[in-house]
Amino acid sequence: MTVNELAKRPGAWLRGDGPMAEIVMSSRVRLARNVAGYPFFSKATDAQRSELAVRMRTDLVAAGEGHWDYLEMASIEDLDQQVLVERHLISRQHADIRGSRGIAVSDNEDVSIMVNEEDHLRIQVLRSGLQLDEIWSEVSRIDDRIEGRIEYAFHPRYGYLTACPTNVGTGIRISVMLHLPGLKLTGEIERVFRAAKDMRLAVRGLFGEGTEATGDFFQISNQVTLGRTEEEIIDGFKNMVVPKIIDYEHRARRTLLADRLTALDDRVYRSFGILKHARTISSEETMLHLSHLRLGIHLDRIRDVDLRTVNELFLLTQPAHLQKIHGARMSGEQRSVARAEIIRRRLAGT
Amino acid sequence: MYIPCQACKKQPATVHMTDISPAGEKKERHLCDACAQEEGVMPKAQSNVPINEILTGLMVQKTVIQQLADLTCPHCKLSFVEFRNSGLLGCAHDYDAFEKALVPLIERAHEGASHHIGKVPRRLGTSLSAENDLIRLRKELLRAVDDEQYETAARLRDRIRTLEH
Repeated sequence: MTVNELAKRPGAWLRGDGPMAEIVMSSRVRLARNVAGYPFFSKATDAQRSELAVRMRTDLVAAGEGHWDYLEMASIEDLDQQVLVERHLISRQHADIRGSRGIAVSDNEDVSIMVNEEDHLRIQVLRSGLQLDEIWSEVSRIDDRIEGRIEYAFHPRYGYLTACPTNVGTGIRISVMLHLPGLKLTGEIERVFRAAKDMRLAVRGLFGEGTEATGDFFQISNQVTLGRTEEEIIDGFKNMVVPKIIDYEHRARRTLLADRLTALDDRVYRSFGILKHARTISSEETMLHLSHLRLGIHLDRIRDVDLRTVNELFLLTQPAHLQKIHGARMSGEQRSVARAEIIRRRLAGT
Repeated sequence: MYIPCQACKKQPATVHMTDISPAGEKKERHLCDACAQEEGVMPKAQSNVPINEILTGLMVQKTVIQQLADLTCPHCKLSFVEFRNSGLLGCAHDYDAFEKALVPLIERAHEGASHHIGKVPRRLGTSLSAENDLIRLRKELLRAVDDEQYETAARLRDRIRTLEH
């Protein structure tokens, strides 16, 4: 598998299927693990980092049972690394760190394992819609397979040891990416954020840590990783947090339909018009209008575009993807023109 | 409603308990503060601590902080000050080397918890899992009592006893 092949197809998590996909774009579970006998990444010497990466390559390829490819980050150029970031296969931090790093990725991209990030291993499973139980059983199975080959740093009291003590214990980070245009339009979004923060959950933007929660997309994740079982943490998310937010969003959407239909239609069709006809468009403007279009599709105001097309456009209009598809480096201005063009073509079904 | 203490029969009862036998029978008990403390079902009230003791306590804490600042992990050579600046530990041994200072930090980050009760690597066998089960069950017991789910609490208590033996 090459990054060129990846960039031309949509990620599996953008399929737009899976339960609650109209609100939950994707769910992700990530485990932080370190290998016993090596210093954590920040204190490891270059030689230790390389040695670890070489070992991980062999062990992960074996643990993948023929379904995972291993990519050496040093051999991937910067633009391609950005493609991996935009596809949520690696973190920004992983792309920014220099030195020996790697990533194992499954055929369908739902599994990715970063080697030498803040922790030696960051194992993640990412899927479309709300599928936390399925994802947890898969990530735990993968964890077991890797553990069969590698001894993890584990402490009887503190559990899986991580470079940052805020991840210690289970090392688990659960994130759901929510599309909440209804709550944004009714002005109730701040209340949801406050409630989430009271429950010790982090709210971030579409691309995770370090990105602002702007636009209508929000990533909610747990912060407590110790003193609870993985299942308890997942249950809290699945049974308390996410259904409540989904319920609020549904209510907000119903209010818009019942009381503010003209205003809603105006937004949806204006956005649809801009996307269909614009000749140059920024990334930020694209996100806003695609969000309204997505809302219009779910509320049955727009019938000739499907959710999957819109989801794919969120990814294909990102800077690195645009440049890959175009086959050349582009300035910001050139990207805005190329972005408008790909949106027009996709919405026209060509 | 005035209920006299069942032990001394003089003071009004302020502590009300429901004991549940292994067979599930409930028995209510009402005690006054003094008798409840005597029986050890309620912690003894803190007497007024003289102000100078509090101050000495603070000074001791300050000395401890100074000692922590001088700590260095013998394995990865990370100093506690470096950790405070970067937020990142250098190796697995830091968890023991900085234990005193880390535990309060860990507890603050994890809503008071400092024991892992989740998944355990298979190579460590079942004894550790049983230990984790105990911690988890004790936590569930507290929660059941808080929620007044006494039957669940009795069941949990019996499972804890079995595991303990």
